[in-house]
Amino acid sequence: MILAVIVGLAIGTYAFRLAGVVLRERVALPERVQVLLPMAAAALLAALAATATFYDSGVFAGVARPTGVAVGAVLAWRRAPFVLVVVAAAATAALLRLAGLE
Amino acid sequence: MTVGSILGDRSLVRDVGALGLAVFAVSISFGAIAVAAGIPAGLTILMSLLVFAGGSQFLAVGLIAAGNPFAAIFAGLLLNARHLPFGLAIGEVIGTRWWQRLVGAHLLIDESVAFALAQPDPARRRRAYWATGCTLFVLWNIGAALGVLLGNVGDPARLGLDAAFPAGLIALLLPPLRDPTVRLVALTGALVALVTTPILPAGLPVLLALTGLVMVAVRPRKAAS
Repeated sequence: MILAVIVGLAIGTYAFRLAGVVLRERVALPERVQVLLPMAAAALLAALAATATFYDSGVFAGVARPTGVAVGAVLAWRRAPFVLVVVAAAATAALLRLAGLE
Repeated sequence: MTVGSILGDRSLVRDVGALGLAVFAVSISFGAIAVAAGIPAGLTILMSLLVFAGGSQFLAVGLIAAGNPFAAIFAGLLLNARHLPFGLAIGEVIGTRWWQRLVGAHLLIDESVAFALAQPDPARRRRAYWATGCTLFVLWNIGAALGVLLGNVGDPARLGLDAAFPAGLIALLLPPLRDPTVRLVALTGALVALVTTPILPAGLPVLLALTGLVMVAVRPRKAAS
């Protein structure tokens, strides 16, 4: 039963992945649509970042995580190195939790 | 694209490595949680290898443990439907040979798309995509296997690693967001996802972010920047 779930999820997920990649090659998209595709990806990634910042399994994630992400975002905006952005975000959230702020 | 050209790009190796370490810690906790939920060790590792999409793996484990296998498949697939528009957007980045498409499609994850989109030219986009996808695939699966072996080694949230993924995504999104139209579309999409997350099943809010594209009609795209 568990194996069936894994195989079903794996086949479906790979089908989504391959379908997009192959469709891009096979279907002649008008230039107006082609311009939209990177924007669509940016919108999806922005939505992932936003929901992963504020929610954990559909409920509010608390203050530590959004504060950590905000510190990382400000550093990124100030063109800090990527490594620093990631480490500062994690360290901020970890320190807030250590201080008892969830 | 060669391994040498990837390793020659030190900033890329360093940046992918930073996000990779956070992903590695999360995958250790995935392995531990899955085994604790009653998934056999071998199947936990198999799931990580074949599905390779973290959010849907956690969701599926929770629903299997709750005795709801059909929901595990459907909820997981709803969460992973975003990979189709991702593939449409960066399909040509992956490569033109069949083996590149077949292997590259499996490496299509949020991080490989984000790293690719952050690069300024096609050669670097391809390099970033493959470097990110391969690195995270290896780390994700070694981590899952370690988690299975070690059991519960602690919550990655205590190290603040849950803040690392969104912060990394934001940093990678900043170059494309310099374009005002892209910025308007992406921020509108993010807002739609934020507002709908409490009321819709996981996966749908992120897909609804595509409605942000209507802002292109509101604000016509200016000449190429």
